[in-house]
Amino acid sequence: MNDRLPAGGAPVINESGIPIQPLYTEADLEASGGTAMLGRPGEYPFTRGIHPLMYRKQPWTMRQYTGFGNAADTNARFKYLIANGQTGLNVAFDLPTQCGLDSDDPLADGEVGRVGMAIDTLRDFEIAFEGIDLDRITVSLTINGAAAILIAMYLAMAERRGFDVRALRGTAQNDILKEFIGRGTWIFPVEPSVKLVVDTIEYCAAHAPKYSPVSVCGYHIRESGANPAQEMAYAFCIARAYADEVLRRGVPIDEFAGRLSFNFNIFGNLFEQVAKFRAGRALWAKIVHDEYGATKPGSMWMRMIAGGGGSGLTFEQPELNIVRGAYYALISALSGAQTMALCCYDEAYTIPSEHAQRISLRTMQLLIEEMGLTDTVDPLGGSYYVETLTNQMRAEMERIIADVDARGGIVALVGDGSIQAQVSAQAYARQMDLEAGRLRKVGVNCYRADAEEDPKVELHSYDETDAAAQVARLAEVRRTRDPAAVAAALEGVRRAAAEGVNTMPAIVTAVKAYASVGEITAALTAVYGRYREPVKF
Amino acid sequence: MTDTVQAKPIRVVLGKPGLDGHDQGAKVVARALMAAGMEVIYTGLRQTPEAIARIALEEDADVIALSSMAGSHLNFCQKLKPLLDAAGLDDKLWIIGGNLPRQDHDALRALGFKGIFATGARLDDITAFIRGNVGVHQ
Repeated sequence: MNDRLPAGGAPVINESGIPIQPLYTEADLEASGGTAMLGRPGEYPFTRGIHPLMYRKQPWTMRQYTGFGNAADTNARFKYLIANGQTGLNVAFDLPTQCGLDSDDPLADGEVGRVGMAIDTLRDFEIAFEGIDLDRITVSLTINGAAAILIAMYLAMAERRGFDVRALRGTAQNDILKEFIGRGTWIFPVEPSVKLVVDTIEYCAAHAPKYSPVSVCGYHIRESGANPAQEMAYAFCIARAYADEVLRRGVPIDEFAGRLSFNFNIFGNLFEQVAKFRAGRALWAKIVHDEYGATKPGSMWMRMIAGGGGSGLTFEQPELNIVRGAYYALISALSGAQTMALCCYDEAYTIPSEHAQRISLRTMQLLIEEMGLTDTVDPLGGSYYVETLTNQMRAEMERIIADVDARGGIVALVGDGSIQAQVSAQAYARQMDLEAGRLRKVGVNCYRADAEEDPKVELHSYDETDAAAQVARLAEVRRTRDPAAVAAALEGVRRAAAEGVNTMPAIVTAVKAYASVGEITAALTAVYGRYREPVKF
Repeated sequence: MTDTVQAKPIRVVLGKPGLDGHDQGAKVVARALMAAGMEVIYTGLRQTPEAIARIALEEDADVIALSSMAGSHLNFCQKLKPLLDAAGLDDKLWIIGGNLPRQDHDALRALGFKGIFATGARLDDITAFIRGNVGVHQ
């Protein structure tokens, strides 16, 4: 196309498949669609940012992913991070909680409190958030399969502490479709799983209108092998799948679309990521406006958390991950993220130490305080390269979405394992490229350490007595609660599921009676059954 | 390099133990082993020790491979070992990969896991290890 440009050696193609030229000019920008989708910050289609002043008005929320052991351990770490200037909380739950199992379930043995905080009943939530001002510190719950139960617990806990639930802000991850693609904390089959997500959206729209019940995740799809354009395109397909179901219940788009949020990955080429986010913002606005007929600007905002990218970090020379984390934070700031969370440098080894968490937090703080990242909105806007790439990434995402639609839609493609097989094939190809040195990774396939040095990473020790204490607390709650109220509430959950009505009111009643995560999950599986994973290559 | 034409393909049962949902690595390894001519039976997520022992027996596995990313490997392997022993699978090659801190490697070896492939291991090394050790009795 640009034969007037000098040759730049071997062709460069970004991960999303777009060829990169040695130089970009106004002519390239025009050829890619010009500035038709650019607009001004805070105005449709929001390529440059969802707010007119962005970080000039308020920097991004800092929300490191945290949780381990029991509720008291996690409460102490929360308070440490808040004391160090963190402005939100992002809660990690252990695997039994995420899979809907109580801490005393035989399947939970050895896993209680290991990779996150163990939650069995409302009592644990009361301890976990004790002393934390939920109006000032917004909380994000990284929970999916069991999200309806944990959202109900969070709202019940806040209400009991005297917060106005109608004004309560916060987020639940609650994106089950991506759990079937990557991450794997599914419980129920695909259809009832989606129904539960829709129950939470419908319930929150009516009862907790400031709460974001879903954070649609491209993040884990990317970790599973998707390229950046696929990551965002698949996330939008998933968000549309939820929106379609909410609309079918008669909730108007402008009553819930504004509370849908997104979680994206950041590792890879800096400019490709920035273009991905700018392109995605405009594309999501266009989808919500053109396809769904939303009229409120807030409905069209692609609000996002970004900054993490576990697959970009390395086990080798882990201190390099501090540097990578700083670049990821920079990308996130250049991309207009609402919330930032960084992976800690020691994550390939362990649950992050307090020290590693503080380094991540300080990384974000020094971008704000020292580097001028909050001075002006969309600082890369107007770059021929970034604007051209933004147009090209948007076109590629639109192509992928059209392809998914033509193949039967995202729910069908996740249900039969097609998307899983595709991203897994790409993950394999990527690993082969890494091992052959075609894809360069510092410390891994180039600039390796001469001898394997001791990485001096402080390993988080798993405390078996914590797990025993958690089981003991659950037993005590079971002993002191009203058994008749629990039984009636669990029957209410089962009936709501069987009748196909919104299950959230019944789940809220059950958590308030101190029914456990495992008991409520069992009431739901009695009706819905359990997911059977299609193992497809 | 390659198996002789007559050789029966090596059968690998590749399991995901416990509640850990991170299966990207297991699926990548499964593809690599298949590309190397092995037969791979991938169990999918959330397998109990009993399920892995049963599948390994039913599938006549030469190799029992686990992929663990969420830290419960020692706890799981302690439960799996007596089940594999009782099923008469103690002469098979047991290997494990994933997020396995160096301090746990001796304990895993003592439990009978001959190959330990922590984060950063190369696919070629896993394949070569299996070829070099399968059917070799201690």
